[in-house]
Amino acid sequence: MDSLPRLAVNQAGDTTSVSGLGSVLWWRRAWVKIGGTWTKVSDRATPAVTAIMAVVPFVALILIGVFLFKEAFPAIKVNGVNFLTHSKWSVGSEYANPIKKSGVSIPVGATYGAWPLVLGTLEASVLALIVAVPVSILSALVVVEKLSSRVSHWVGACLEILVGIPSVIYGLWGALTLGPFLSHHLGWVASHVPNVPILRFFRGPTYNGEGLLTAGVVLGIMIIPIVASTSRDLMRQVPQSLKDGGRALGMTDSEIALKIVWPWVKSGVVGATFLGLGRALGETMAVLMTSGAVLGTTAHSIFSNMNTIAATIVSQLDSAQTDGTGFAVRSLAELGCLLILITLVCNVGAKLLLRRFGTTTVAGATIAANE
Amino acid sequence: MSHKADTIQQRANNSRRSRVDKVMWALCYGGLLTIVVPIVWIIYQVVARALPHISMSVFTTNTIGNGGGLRQAILGTVILLIMVGTMAGVTGVGAGIYISQFAPKRVGGILRGAIEILAGVPSIVAGFVGYITLVIELHWSFSIWAASFVLAAIVVPYIAKTTEISLRGVPLAMRESGQALGLADSLVLRKILLKSASPGIVTGLILALAISVGETAPLLYTAGWSTTNPTFSLSHSPVGYLTYPIWTFYDYPIKSASYLALESAMILIMLVIGLIVVSHVLRRILSKHLPE
Repeated sequence: MDSLPRLAVNQAGDTTSVSGLGSVLWWRRAWVKIGGTWTKVSDRATPAVTAIMAVVPFVALILIGVFLFKEAFPAIKVNGVNFLTHSKWSVGSEYANPIKKSGVSIPVGATYGAWPLVLGTLEASVLALIVAVPVSILSALVVVEKLSSRVSHWVGACLEILVGIPSVIYGLWGALTLGPFLSHHLGWVASHVPNVPILRFFRGPTYNGEGLLTAGVVLGIMIIPIVASTSRDLMRQVPQSLKDGGRALGMTDSEIALKIVWPWVKSGVVGATFLGLGRALGETMAVLMTSGAVLGTTAHSIFSNMNTIAATIVSQLDSAQTDGTGFAVRSLAELGCLLILITLVCNVGAKLLLRRFGTTTVAGATIAANE
Repeated sequence: MSHKADTIQQRANNSRRSRVDKVMWALCYGGLLTIVVPIVWIIYQVVARALPHISMSVFTTNTIGNGGGLRQAILGTVILLIMVGTMAGVTGVGAGIYISQFAPKRVGGILRGAIEILAGVPSIVAGFVGYITLVIELHWSFSIWAASFVLAAIVVPYIAKTTEISLRGVPLAMRESGQALGLADSLVLRKILLKSASPGIVTGLILALAISVGETAPLLYTAGWSTTNPTFSLSHSPVGYLTYPIWTFYDYPIKSASYLALESAMILIMLVIGLIVVSHVLRRILSKHLPE
């Protein structure tokens, strides 16, 4: 409203309007100057500010490692080698006076053996790999070699959903649906398998389906997206000229897949498997809800209840807090150290195997980056 | 004659080869089916069980004991999402920018390695450390602060990594043309690099949000659980979240409790699928103005 009469004055050649225009220019100049300064400042500041942010994950990692080890150290000292070889997990007596052992006060009768947990973690993860790896490789092959980009986009979306479905919901499905389903349909097999070594492992009561098998299958489905998407991205790197050469020699599609694509990606797929293993080892809620979470025994059949390191940390933290000396929490910290070490080995192995392919090894992120 | 025999042999071979070919691709499509079936099965079993009992009161009332609604849990999850999205988003994008643009080779290698190892740290271990340090040592007790710090540490590698990869993927020519026009470095970064990398960055951010929505184990010992609405105090006040009722109530013998578990499972699934859809739509919108 204000500007209209002014414009009119302007056209009339009023001198005051010139100073008005000048003031507008002044603001404009100042604004440009501020903008320029801002650009200069942000030119300088951006590297520094982003550097600080880049250090944050590094510091977080160090802090996690240091605090976990600091908490676990007394437990490592007291539990010693027994921690890895023994099976009994007991918080000890809350009521008797704590005793001193290696300079650490622990409740009477407290004993911590993680052998069944280590074994259970490995068993469940290996079972998960048996489920996930063949499925992932086959579907990656079909996505890369056969499907149109539109359909493979949808498959990618499916993998994203598999990544996105929360661990507890996998657990819910495993406990309420898949477990009873497996137990119902495999009950006959479980009771008719001959009682001989090796096969004996597939024999036994199936109960409600909570146990090693269900946990392994659920874990397997959870790691499919990691293994499949990584394998798929590797297979996309196979040079078209090689495949064309194979076709010119009269190879069938499956021969091209087996003799050209597979040798090219083999070591990378092993890397992808390690990535999946790393994820399966650390998975918590799904295992906790489907494994039966039993303490102190190893699984004697594929149907029996078991437990893993990660699930134990969650399920025992509550009762660990009743230990007045804090030793139970320290032992759980030792479990955490163990778990971090195992997953670290897996992830470093994966990184070394995948380095040649220049593929990122952040589990799950490969999906996002390569769509 | 021998020539003819060869051909017969070859024909037999060829039919065997084509059979092998067919069997193998059948197996491959079977593998694909093994991916799709669990998704449908999981979503179906949750929705089919939850849908008959779900009503608007789930969104309007708080949890009472082991029944009632989920209002405070939904609010808590949203608050945690906003906190984690801000904390991990700013840090992760910044880290991605630094590592891909400014870092000297060695430093970049170390930081990248740290991010990859952090991504491999099992979430329960991060939660456990958060419990013994933030909740116990710093006396924050169960709180939004403790939970969002732990969640941010869990998801920040995903954001950093996707940002880094997408920035690396911007063609050199685009960046050089910006510099040739005399643009300042920060403007090249903002107007060219970040703009072209935005589809990837957004996908990483949303993936991180989806992951943090679904975390349970680390939250059990950092966020606690509350049946009242979240307060504005960031520490010393436990907060409800959607994954808790699933884990706690799924095997309760009481009907109202197991419904609660199923309802929150259904809301979670919808939330996650919604986030994925949003990420696809955003990716499409953001990459509209990009070359290719």
